[in-house]
Amino acid sequence: MALPSYAGPGERAWYYTYRVICGLIFLFLIFPILVIVPLSFNALPYFTFTPEMLSLDPAGYSLRWYEALLGSEEWLFSIRNSFIISISSTIVSTTLGTLAALGLSRRHMPYRAAITALLISPMIVPLIITAAALFSFYARVNLANTFFSIIMAHVVLGTPFVVITVTAAMSSFDEQLIRASQSLGANQVTTFFKVIMPLLLPGVIAGALFAFITSLDEVVVVIFLAGPEQTPMTVRMFSGLREEISPTILALASILVAMSIVLLTAMELIRRRGEKLRGIKN
Amino acid sequence: MSDSSAASHGQSPSSTGSQSGTEQLTTADGTPLRISLRKAEARARRRAFFLVLPLLAFLLVTFAIPIVQMISRSVRNPEVSEYLPNTASAIQNWNGQEVPPEEVFAAMAADMEVGMENRTLGRAAARINREIPGARSTVLGTARALDEMSPPYKEAFIADDDGWTNLEFWRLIKRETRTITPVYYLLAFDYEYSPSGEIVERAEYYQVYRMLFLRTAWMSLLITALCILLGYPVAHLLATLPLKTSNLLMILVLLPFWTSLLVRTSAWIVLLQQQGVVNDMLVWLGVIDTDNRVRMIYNQIGTIVAMTHILLPFMILPLYSVMKTIPPSYMRAARSLGATQLRAFVTVYMPLTIPGLAAGVLLVFILAIGYYITPALVGGDTGIFISNLIAQNMTGSTAQLRLAAALATILLVAVLVLYWAFNKLVGVDRLKFG
Repeated sequence: MALPSYAGPGERAWYYTYRVICGLIFLFLIFPILVIVPLSFNALPYFTFTPEMLSLDPAGYSLRWYEALLGSEEWLFSIRNSFIISISSTIVSTTLGTLAALGLSRRHMPYRAAITALLISPMIVPLIITAAALFSFYARVNLANTFFSIIMAHVVLGTPFVVITVTAAMSSFDEQLIRASQSLGANQVTTFFKVIMPLLLPGVIAGALFAFITSLDEVVVVIFLAGPEQTPMTVRMFSGLREEISPTILALASILVAMSIVLLTAMELIRRRGEKLRGIKN
Repeated sequence: MSDSSAASHGQSPSSTGSQSGTEQLTTADGTPLRISLRKAEARARRRAFFLVLPLLAFLLVTFAIPIVQMISRSVRNPEVSEYLPNTASAIQNWNGQEVPPEEVFAAMAADMEVGMENRTLGRAAARINREIPGARSTVLGTARALDEMSPPYKEAFIADDDGWTNLEFWRLIKRETRTITPVYYLLAFDYEYSPSGEIVERAEYYQVYRMLFLRTAWMSLLITALCILLGYPVAHLLATLPLKTSNLLMILVLLPFWTSLLVRTSAWIVLLQQQGVVNDMLVWLGVIDTDNRVRMIYNQIGTIVAMTHILLPFMILPLYSVMKTIPPSYMRAARSLGATQLRAFVTVYMPLTIPGLAAGVLLVFILAIGYYITPALVGGDTGIFISNLIAQNMTGSTAQLRLAAALATILLVAVLVLYWAFNKLVGVDRLKFG
């Protein structure tokens, strides 16, 4: 939307005002996330920029909060718990979700709309309701405060993302490729692994990444399901933010921001690869 | 897959074959084509369904059943009928006007004996005590003295404790013999049963839930409105810029989208607190002096700002994907026909963006009304949502699981109605991420 040469002064003024407004909104989106990174290097236990920091004096910066984080048994324990939970639940939800998405994309799938709605519903139901329901459920079957119950809960929350991304990948799938493969003599198994899987893989990986990040970030359900033995980093972070806020949390938050940048890049690469494989270019 | 191609080829010859009846088309092994086709289709359906089955079964057991159990818990009222079964059946013929007859007292004595042995009497007494303070000691006191009593129990009980002449006590028991109760839903809307059994508003001091439902709704609306206000121009800019620039700017939307909720909430705590970056900046700019720092967090402002930030990408992304499909020539056509820029925008462009706007609005609103973490961390007392009260009623010494279940069910119904509307207007399958 470049400014046309015939634009009047009013339009010119609006054109620049509009861009400034959008710039401010972009700033609102990104500033809070970026600001915590320098603050996590604060030498003092404050959440604001000290005069030393503003004058770029090296004495104003330090790694003490990162040392506090990585030197703390408790934090490392809960970070480890988080990864145990996220990795296990990602494996289960990717498997179940991909199978289900393959079934849903078949032409002969009965009751497709109703089943899709049910499979997607954990994403729609507010987390506190899921938490309330699972809290009593796992208490009743004597599985409260176990890794098993938390992982199962996270599989519930993660599968809708896998189902959606894999179904989307299947919807742009050209079924002629299957016939082509079979006419060239491949059997069903070979066709699946040599033709279907490579085209589907970007969708599966994207779904798995979504499931992983959903589980890693999840707080509400684990607050109610996790005992002291399973406390993941999100719960520790949540109670830290509630009680004694320490800059250690900012150090963890900065690491998580770095992780989301990596994930964002991974997603973008997957998307491009997917487009390339399909021969779509825009 | 091979089944499906066979099916589409087989249809017409099989129907003509059956009409003539003389020479039926058959497959190689001699079965009529029509039957073979039906079999193949059924097999394809079964195969598709078996792929979905593992997840479907898993979700039924670990998600749908717990939710149904929660809903049923919100209306269940087992204490009195389960723990005082004889009394529950004896009291049905009582008219409610005077102290019940001896048979009811005798039934109560029988229930007490069993209840003391199984230690279930305390639970029934606690349930009654919640509405008639002191009833617990009446029931348990008399139960302990039961060994020395003999029929007629009516006189003996009343001599032991005059709480037994309280008609409200008996009316409560009669009312509570119903195993399904609306009492938790009444509570959720700040109503209760009066001692005489009518539905009345609770004392003003206890009225919190209706206010919180309303607050959750209006704050969610406000946050949705703010997301439209901030999201619309940005989505429009992204959709109209050259692809290279817009892809770059898209990172500014996607990075917050991918960043943990807790990270973003803690960022706002850091920014908005009284010794925080924003207040420092205002002091430095001379807008406020350092003794009058603005309280921007642990109240409604905190919740609104942080949640708008968190939900904004959910507005921008659907708007962007719809705006992307609107050809710029439409606007040029409107302008060439004499419309001003503004008029062309309002009458041509905006109506075309409505599907994206509807998707964004419903998505943001549905997510907002169920929010728990952000209000809990930055909401203080005035910025919390109904979810926070559900959580409060789930744990701790004041836990009331049935009330929590009722509140959660009300919220669930609201969300499902919105979701249904969302599906009608936009379609779930159009949901995309990233």
